[in-house]
Amino acid sequence: MTVEPAEHAGAPASPAPAQDAIVFATPERHHEVVAQLMRDGFEMCSDLCAVDYLSHPGRRVPEGVTKERFEVVVNLLSLSKKRRVEVRTQVPEANPSVPSLFDLYPGTEAMEREAYDMHGIVFVGHPDLTRILMPEDWEGHPLRKDYGVGRVPVQFKDAPGPR
Amino acid sequence: MSDDRNEMSIPSRPWSPRETSEGSQELAPMTSAALEHSVGSVLRLPEGALDSGQIDIERAEDTMIINMGPQHPSTHGVLRLMLELEGEKVLRTKPVVGYLHTGMEKTGEELTYVQGATNVTRMDYLSPLHNELVFSLATEALLGVELPPRATWIRMLMCELNRVSSHLMWMATNGMDLGSTSMMIYGFRERELVLEFFQKTTGLRMNHNYIRPGGVAADLPDGWEDDVEIICDTVLERTYEYDELLTGQPIFRERTEAVGNITAEQAVALSATGPILRSTGVPWDLRRAMPYLAYDAVDFDVIVGTYGDNFDRYSIRLNEIRESIRIIRQVLEQMPRGDYRVQDAKVTPPPRRRIDESMEALIHHFKIFTEGFRVPEGEVYVAVESPRGELGCYLVSDGTSKPYRMHIRGPSFVNLQTLPSMLRGGLIADAVAIISSVDPVMGEVDR
Repeated sequence: MTVEPAEHAGAPASPAPAQDAIVFATPERHHEVVAQLMRDGFEMCSDLCAVDYLSHPGRRVPEGVTKERFEVVVNLLSLSKKRRVEVRTQVPEANPSVPSLFDLYPGTEAMEREAYDMHGIVFVGHPDLTRILMPEDWEGHPLRKDYGVGRVPVQFKDAPGPR
Repeated sequence: MSDDRNEMSIPSRPWSPRETSEGSQELAPMTSAALEHSVGSVLRLPEGALDSGQIDIERAEDTMIINMGPQHPSTHGVLRLMLELEGEKVLRTKPVVGYLHTGMEKTGEELTYVQGATNVTRMDYLSPLHNELVFSLATEALLGVELPPRATWIRMLMCELNRVSSHLMWMATNGMDLGSTSMMIYGFRERELVLEFFQKTTGLRMNHNYIRPGGVAADLPDGWEDDVEIICDTVLERTYEYDELLTGQPIFRERTEAVGNITAEQAVALSATGPILRSTGVPWDLRRAMPYLAYDAVDFDVIVGTYGDNFDRYSIRLNEIRESIRIIRQVLEQMPRGDYRVQDAKVTPPPRRRIDESMEALIHHFKIFTEGFRVPEGEVYVAVESPRGELGCYLVSDGTSKPYRMHIRGPSFVNLQTLPSMLRGGLIADAVAIISSVDPVMGEVDR
């Protein structure tokens, strides 16, 4: 008798590998926290992305961290210490804006534009906060959880001709 | 921006949009203040990288802006570059991307973890196995499963072969961009050897869906040692032919040496990884610095350059082919026996022969491929060294069988930001060579 996959879920066979250090921040302290980490030797910002937690309100965060709808995840890398650290900033739905990290890490330019494009998070101080992947005149932010999937209807028959 | 008060109120934009007839992607007008501002920021040069005293505003008045691409044979897909030219000299550059955007991160949220590898493998179509690898490693980190050694070593073998084929493809296209059509034909010819082995092993030449969460899809075919041996011998021998064809050739060196320079500080600040970062002399290779799979059990060198120019990036890639072959040879010797996927009923379907004789096995198989397996809640960031640099996957699970969020950190997407620094001050004729040396794969940039 084999075990059905669904019954088996949730029990890891071995403990997960050691996680990178995680720092939680608020939008007000976002820039300050990253600047401090940069001074501590994290020379490179290897990744920046946003997550919309609209339909997953039960996620686990440490004590004292207020859960908000959006989370901006900054992944910093220290080439000298060979370590990573994650900064997770809780961004409220009512005012989805955080300070831009462009002045610290110019390499976040495209990544912040992507997060703005996909999640509508405004990076204050970014030099050119425009859409990067979607067309300029696109409405909405596709990776938000309340943005539908497959909005463009596909018509197979009786479609109006091109002219 | 004013009328879309749909789901939430976005505050008025604190930056100045500078609307023009062509939208805000238009280059800024040429006033002195705007020039200083935009040279440092809008056109993706890091602040302070440029001395504002260098800007000659009088002469900057008669510059012209041309669009290179998106339909240009040398932009490696649909990359569009806005180049500001003064005569033949490139001043500022703005890469415009997004022409190939198909929403693969959104698609990834709709596919189960079993199906997810088919989605990510289509991002960087020149190194599909690395994409599958990073997604599988992230899923396995959340699942907490431990792979059997043979699966790890098969993954390493396939990924290094993929690195060889990707760099050969780069040698081919770079040769073509510089006018060496012989190199193009040779590069494609050698790549075909590797792709044939991929086809034999995985069934497909590209987009394999071979590396899956929990192991690999199939064991290596009979006689794989001989095939791999032939690939190693042939490609290694041919790399010395490329040396004769290109490395010592005066025209090639003229076109690549001291062209597209970038400093280590700039590369680190702009988050560049892979051959671009290593060409500046920073010995950063995730296989060495943060070993994954079994890279700490094999012997290889990290190739670094000195000047950060096109020639350094060329020689790094050429030598990385040789280093990959060195790794493949060690994998050949040390390949362990055993399972090629984890024997955990939760993530692995039962073997084919069990399905014919057992109803439970059939149900189990059906459940895994329709419903998928559930992954414990959590978030994880995993990075591997793809041929283009750090390929990362940030995976968030909410405990269901589909990723809650799957973000791929594409190395080409980030590396493209180095183009304005590399192109600045160079000739328009070198622009093609410099774009080629960044090795962007637009499928990964736009995702």
